[in-house]
Amino acid sequence: MRADWEVVIGLEIHVQLATKSKIFSGSPTAYGADPNTQANLVDLGYPGVLPVLNKEVVRMAILFGLAVNATVARRSVFARKNYFYPDLPKGYQISQLELPIVESGEIHITGGDGIEKRIGITRAHLEEDAGKSIHEGFNASSGIDLNRAGTPLLEIVSEPDLRSAKDATTYMKKIHSIVHYLEISDGNMQEGSFRCDANVSVRPLGQKELGTRTELKNLNSFRYIEKAINIEVERQIDLIEDGRKVVQETRLYDSDKDETRSMRSKEEANDYRYFPDPDLLPVEISDEYIEIVRATMPELPDAKQARFIAEYELKSDDAAILTASRFLATFYEDIVKATDATAQVAANWVIGDLGGALNRDGLDIGDSKISSDELAGLLDKIHDNTISGKIAKQVFEAIWDGEGSADDIIESKGLKQITDGSAIELVVDKIVASNPTQVAEYKAGKDKLIGFFVGRVMQETKGQANPIQVNQILKDKLK
Amino acid sequence: MDIYHQTLAELCVGLEKGDFTSVELTQSLLDRVAVEDKRLNSFITITATEALAAAASADEARANGNTGALNGLPIVHKDIFCTKGVKTTCGSKMLDNFISPYSATVVKKIANAGAVVLGKCNMDEFAMGSSNETSFFGPVRNPWNLECTPGGSSGGSAASVAARLVPAATGTDTGGSIRQPAALTGTVGLKPTYGRVSRYGMIAFASSLDQAGMITRSVEDAARMLGVMAGFDKRDSTSINQAVPDYLASIGKSIKGLRIGIARQHFDEGLDERTRTKVKDAISVLESMGATTIEIDLPNINLSVPTYYVVAPAECSSNLSRFDGVRFGYRAENAEDLLDLYCRSRGEGFGDEVKRRIMTGAYVLSAGYYDAYYIKAQQVRQLIADDFKEAFFNVDLIVGPTTPSPAFKLGDKVDDPIQMYLNDIYTVGANLAGLPAMSIPCGFVNDMPVGLHLVGPHFGEEVLLRCGHQYQQETDWHMACPEAFK
Repeated sequence: MRADWEVVIGLEIHVQLATKSKIFSGSPTAYGADPNTQANLVDLGYPGVLPVLNKEVVRMAILFGLAVNATVARRSVFARKNYFYPDLPKGYQISQLELPIVESGEIHITGGDGIEKRIGITRAHLEEDAGKSIHEGFNASSGIDLNRAGTPLLEIVSEPDLRSAKDATTYMKKIHSIVHYLEISDGNMQEGSFRCDANVSVRPLGQKELGTRTELKNLNSFRYIEKAINIEVERQIDLIEDGRKVVQETRLYDSDKDETRSMRSKEEANDYRYFPDPDLLPVEISDEYIEIVRATMPELPDAKQARFIAEYELKSDDAAILTASRFLATFYEDIVKATDATAQVAANWVIGDLGGALNRDGLDIGDSKISSDELAGLLDKIHDNTISGKIAKQVFEAIWDGEGSADDIIESKGLKQITDGSAIELVVDKIVASNPTQVAEYKAGKDKLIGFFVGRVMQETKGQANPIQVNQILKDKLK
Repeated sequence: MDIYHQTLAELCVGLEKGDFTSVELTQSLLDRVAVEDKRLNSFITITATEALAAAASADEARANGNTGALNGLPIVHKDIFCTKGVKTTCGSKMLDNFISPYSATVVKKIANAGAVVLGKCNMDEFAMGSSNETSFFGPVRNPWNLECTPGGSSGGSAASVAARLVPAATGTDTGGSIRQPAALTGTVGLKPTYGRVSRYGMIAFASSLDQAGMITRSVEDAARMLGVMAGFDKRDSTSINQAVPDYLASIGKSIKGLRIGIARQHFDEGLDERTRTKVKDAISVLESMGATTIEIDLPNINLSVPTYYVVAPAECSSNLSRFDGVRFGYRAENAEDLLDLYCRSRGEGFGDEVKRRIMTGAYVLSAGYYDAYYIKAQQVRQLIADDFKEAFFNVDLIVGPTTPSPAFKLGDKVDDPIQMYLNDIYTVGANLAGLPAMSIPCGFVNDMPVGLHLVGPHFGEEVLLRCGHQYQQETDWHMACPEAFK
């Protein structure tokens, strides 16, 4: 970032709501079905058909509104956004314009500069998704898949409060985490369930007026968002420093070329001729219903993180990692409740060993090959000195590979920790006897050699000797 | 009396008594349609095979003691109602090849009541017109004078009922499209309260105004049809969940003490003198039957036509976007690219009046004009609705002329849209306010029928039907049959 410029970013995040059926029809919303098998007459925009609002989307929008401390509109209105495109069957998209269901919310993020800041959420409105045009595999023609047409979306519009690409991704991750916690979206970015457009402008530091903005379309990974914004910021600064002007336009990020390019300028922009959809009644929401929804509000990431720090005395970074997903946090808490090991030990294992294994195998926490109960059991074995931490890692891998329960594995592999002092003494005696030079050096004051002896003992016992006892016995013998 | 002169009520008795079967009745009417409709052009599609099959089922059901309210009775649908497996054109080249894969709720309800559907009726293209001259399938002729229009857009429905081709027809009414043709053909036309009858499967013209109704020869038959058609439909968010009364049960009550509102604005200049006389005569008859008349004021009603011609085109410009040549309907050949496909499919598939309204609608919704036109029109619409609401504090229904004059000659107004639109001057108010309204025959001017217009409060169909039915017990205008179709 160039020091004398300020970057101003606002995001429009499109969240696909995890309803079973579409927003205005009974068609299923499952991803990946054969083209046009999940589009009924309503989705296809047949003559005479009418939309009927799926009430579940209203509940989900309310839940989101409450989660970001927003105003839930007691009356919101669906409007038609008119334009022609083959994947838009009715020739209009049903959306909300003047009266969205959620307004004036906020979240707090830790910005790129490490300072916590408030990001305003202007609004969140409900709308239907369009279908998909497929331009490959049809010779000179294009194919249309309308499975996605009518899929419910919540479009979350932020204030231009973000000041860097890093801010933008942090904000987006936070929204991602919130919708996940609320279980209103699967947040799957590959499948397009969570994507965003970014409005980007720059201005000289200290200038009040906003610069001319461009809109970057369809950013569907955290990495691309950051890259696209940074590239766009550089482009805009270059333009201005060259004495040229930024044109208000929509630009597309090309991840292959790592550049943004113009899609359409403001002059070419459609006049969408919005007007209230006469086929749908205004959405009226009672205070009672809002309270019913509020009662189902889960603990949100910020609150959970704070509680983990207070209750489990976790490091703030660890708490942040563990609360990034509601499922992971629950997994962790289940372990803490079940094990005698400390909460920090459990955190180390979940973040370190489990996290590593998931990462290595490309799995989500939901697909973990070790259950929270199994992991809690394993931690107990360390805690009661049945096995050492090091051996536990071996057992962990064996459980992961499906070799059985911790007990079976410890038993069958003979991994039980040696805690019998006399047995350890025998080995210690042997090691002391066979390494006279080191003994002499140690006794001459080279304390660090204790590590050498411990290593040898552990080697001799295949790591099964209790390291604390080994240490103690060695120190006694070498006095 | 020849079978085709009979009303639904009369036919029902005949079927019940076994004077004839539904198959016989159906065949006889199909034969009549085949001959007589050549002069009228009131049908777009005749569904003879399906009709005879339905008639056979109805006869069987009757034999087994299961009879719906319309069991074995022949009707026709305006070709705006999607009918599964049957061509549904909406009077347009755009849908000339469209076989609907599903049936409208109205079509299903009528089928479930046991009715026999003879076919689909001609109409103005996408229900846009007041003379049936915008139909891709040619104009319908008025049975009372073949040189004249039967009105529109439900012109085919009205003409076929007036000419005794069929006792009842469905229709739709966005600004008067049931009542104006009913008035011009001497039939009964009822537009129920907005939300009373499901719009699902009825090809949309202007969603906030469209309402399905029926054209019959007697008010009693209208009551019978409404009982079948009305009711909440979960597929139509604007349909209203309110119990359907037994309309037939209430029409027999006297109208003594009924308070009838007479609006000065309905009798202003612009109303044909002889039509005025006929309407005044009808009001006198109602008074003689014990109704009282009260002068009311509808101060904004004169704004209803301009308001309507902003709101309706706005909604139609959006509703008709789905006809783009991509998934169904007419598609231009050899399109060069996507834009060419859109422009030519729509350019070739839609007629002039439809294009005029789409362009008007796109204009009033466009950036910079939206507030001045669309929003302003919505505000005026509210004022008009408020005027009616105010009036209904003091009266039970409002009575006046349905149209400014009797049927005009085909071709007379086709090049003058404003004159054509003014035909709706007395009817559009009820659509803008969502009120039930009905036209019933009340006499003749130069041998052409005149319609009496009755408007009720929301869900006031019972009072309309009762008043209309009682009027028809005192008068016989509705019994008159066009000479050429006796």
